[in-house]
Amino acid sequence: MSEAVLETRDLNKNFGALQVSRNINFRLDAGARHALIGPNGAGKTTFVNLLTGVLSPTDGAVLLNGRDITHMRQDRRVKAGIARTFQINTLFAGLTVLENLYLAVSEHLGRAGAMFRPAGARREVVDEAMAALDGLRLADDAGKTIRELPYGRQRLVEIAIALALKPKVLLLDEPAAGVPSAESHLILDVIEALPEDIAVLIIEHDMDVVFRFAREITVLVQGGILASGPPDEIAANAEVRSVYLGEGTHD
Amino acid sequence: MDAFVNALTTILVFGLAYAMLLFIISVGLSITMGLMGFVNLAHGSFAMVGGYVTVTTAGDWGVPFIPSLLIAFVVVGLLSVLFERLLYARLYKAPELDQVLMTIGLVFVSIAAVTFVWGADPLNIQIPDFLRGNVDLGFKLIPTYRAFMIVIGALIAILLFYGLERTRVGAQVRAAVDNRRMAESMGINTGRLFTLVFALGSGMAAIGGGLGIQILGGVKPTFAFEYLVVFLIVVAVGGLGNIRGTFFAALILGVLDFAGKYLLPEGGAFFIYAVTLIVLLWRPQGLFGKA
Amino acid sequence: MSADTSTTAAAAATAGRLDRASARRILLHDHRIRLIELLPWVIALGVFFLFPGYRLLATQILIMILFALSLDLIVGYAGIVSLGHAAFFGTGSYVAALLVSSYGVPEPVTGVVAAVIVSAALGFVTGWILLRTHGLTLLMLTMAFAIMLHELANEFAELTGGFDGINFAPGPILGIFDFDPLWYSSNYFYALVFLFLGFLFVRAIIYSPFGRALVGIRENTRRMHAVGSPVLWRMVTAYTISAGLAGLAGAIYVQVQGNVTLGVLSFELSGEILVMLILGGTGRLYGAFIGAAVYKLLESFTEQILGTDQPYWMLVIGVVLIVTVLFTRNGFIGMYDDAIAWIRRRRRS
Repeated sequence: MSEAVLETRDLNKNFGALQVSRNINFRLDAGARHALIGPNGAGKTTFVNLLTGVLSPTDGAVLLNGRDITHMRQDRRVKAGIARTFQINTLFAGLTVLENLYLAVSEHLGRAGAMFRPAGARREVVDEAMAALDGLRLADDAGKTIRELPYGRQRLVEIAIALALKPKVLLLDEPAAGVPSAESHLILDVIEALPEDIAVLIIEHDMDVVFRFAREITVLVQGGILASGPPDEIAANAEVRSVYLGEGTHD
Repeated sequence: MDAFVNALTTILVFGLAYAMLLFIISVGLSITMGLMGFVNLAHGSFAMVGGYVTVTTAGDWGVPFIPSLLIAFVVVGLLSVLFERLLYARLYKAPELDQVLMTIGLVFVSIAAVTFVWGADPLNIQIPDFLRGNVDLGFKLIPTYRAFMIVIGALIAILLFYGLERTRVGAQVRAAVDNRRMAESMGINTGRLFTLVFALGSGMAAIGGGLGIQILGGVKPTFAFEYLVVFLIVVAVGGLGNIRGTFFAALILGVLDFAGKYLLPEGGAFFIYAVTLIVLLWRPQGLFGKA
Repeated sequence: MSADTSTTAAAAATAGRLDRASARRILLHDHRIRLIELLPWVIALGVFFLFPGYRLLATQILIMILFALSLDLIVGYAGIVSLGHAAFFGTGSYVAALLVSSYGVPEPVTGVVAAVIVSAALGFVTGWILLRTHGLTLLMLTMAFAIMLHELANEFAELTGGFDGINFAPGPILGIFDFDPLWYSSNYFYALVFLFLGFLFVRAIIYSPFGRALVGIRENTRRMHAVGSPVLWRMVTAYTISAGLAGLAGAIYVQVQGNVTLGVLSFELSGEILVMLILGGTGRLYGAFIGAAVYKLLESFTEQILGTDQPYWMLVIGVVLIVTVLFTRNGFIGMYDDAIAWIRRRRRS
């Protein structure tokens, strides 16, 4: 068995009396292509928020490469190698694509605190931002504002930003949600071509995408893990079929 | 021991009277901010105009005091509907900063307007005979007007609690404060509801403005800014849109403020602001607000 | 920012595909000084020589510009709204005044340095505590903090002079130039020099990577967290700088007139400076210039025309403010942008 990059131990999260995550023991292996599925309200996004530090767990632990990061701040986790995309576009809508990337890259290279030289003066920041755009064939749009881009390309910018942070772990929260099918293949191509050394966790509703992409699937129901295993095993799991697959495949 | 009881009674009576004034004026602001999320810095102006209307009717026209307060309630209530429809309604979905600035603009205009009509000096009124003098508690005399304030404040509070718990409008307000979108989907016309509540809240502020003339040493144009801050912290500490919270926050801050100024004439005024800072850092949603 | 990015976008559109060199140029381009940016300084010099009778008013305008500029850094760039920025202006004022009146240090530049240090330190501490909250709570907290300082200053009347304030006589600037209470000549240049330095400082910051990060926080805080930005730390840094600059403005304000009153800490001043900034336009550097100038001129000329010190100017400002909020996108600067865009469209068609 390969080593775990990201791991949770007995992770619980309560909002008042409501338990949204219960006893989650999860591991993401190096180079994983792991999908997290589950019906609406199963706590998938909450789980991502616990992993990235947006929320802190009621109890339990999050480990990155064996190191306890449960109480680490969000920005430190990013620097430690966890990057994410958001379910709903979370970009700087009024800024250009290049500026969106610039903000991420300058934080990543530790240049964002500089006050007395103009933005753009550091060649390597601009170069890396452009390289990240080139990688996803977005360079032509570098000068456009996010608002001017079609939705599918905006979703690509989300991924480009995450990749520009040079993550070890990439969390993709429904990367193709809301994208018209004519454009969604662009995103799927990008996801399939992600570098092998990045461990990827994808949250997705579209079962075609999940079974095409994932080598490992975890099913989350009512905040807890129902089943975890290779795709064929999950597809054959009677319990999973009854709570989830039967009702969730319509889209 | 006598001196202690004496001081305590003074603090309680004067503090409670002030607290009731704070409650009567602030409660409308709390609902405005809780129901529509509107930061209405002009709320103090409505109270101020209420004070001036009372001065004119009770002082110049010889209308008895209590009816004068009711006239202030109606005049300011109607005036506020005009402003609400004309100006506020355009900014319900705007950022807080826009709301803050538009209403600061209104405060400026109101200060200039009342200065033009009533002058810059503080104006006072003759309170009616039955509110003058003292009430004998057996061990201590307390001013009748303060006792009257406490009774009026308590009456209004009871009326409001009752109205909120038992009437249809009250239920709608509670629903809308709790979850506006849900309330709308249930068929509550929150726009009209807000106009109504805004008018009621502004009218109550006007009554407070009239009642406060005696306690605050007259009404003057700077009232709009001077006391606004206190109303805002009462609302923030009580929790937005929470009438019960506003009531208790008014009690706590009103009595504390008077106690501070009474016991430490040199250092008491900053006390309630320090308390506010601590409360809001500890519970940003206010003492009685929902998390 | 919106205009910055639209020029960026326009340049890119004409360039077609963007190579690295032009990408770099686009990010750098913002920073270059345009010819029109000399205008405020030319006007400032012109006013000094052409309208010597208005130097007192003009000096106040220069100082208010600096104060508004400090506020723009947090409101316009980082998106932190404060209703209590007078806390720092007033702190700077009292530090500068007390150094002369109570501690026997009459040299004004020393006073300025001390004022900046103390108010920046205060900004750092309060920012570190208060900036964990946001929205309405932050608004209330900044307000409550400023008023608390105001009340404290009122209570320590032996030190601060209470309601009446303190009169004090600062010594010659750097031991060379005496203040000139009659003609305000040295006073005017004293304020102008500090405004210019403060402006250069703020201008450098907003075009720096740090300044871009602030804009990022304003535009989308969640995203900034997710790209690994220490958001709280960035905001506290901006708040500290802003507080220091406000303290600088406050120090100069009391030094040039030789007295300080409680007004420098008042809620009214916190409100007024926000109004000035918004009238001019936020997040655009020159909004502070236009807003402070328009506000002060309207105030003073309304008083002159009506021949009264009654606050009727508030009617004018109040109406202008309401109209600005309801009908413009971003104050006078926004109107200017819209006008330029309209002219361009007309030319093209």
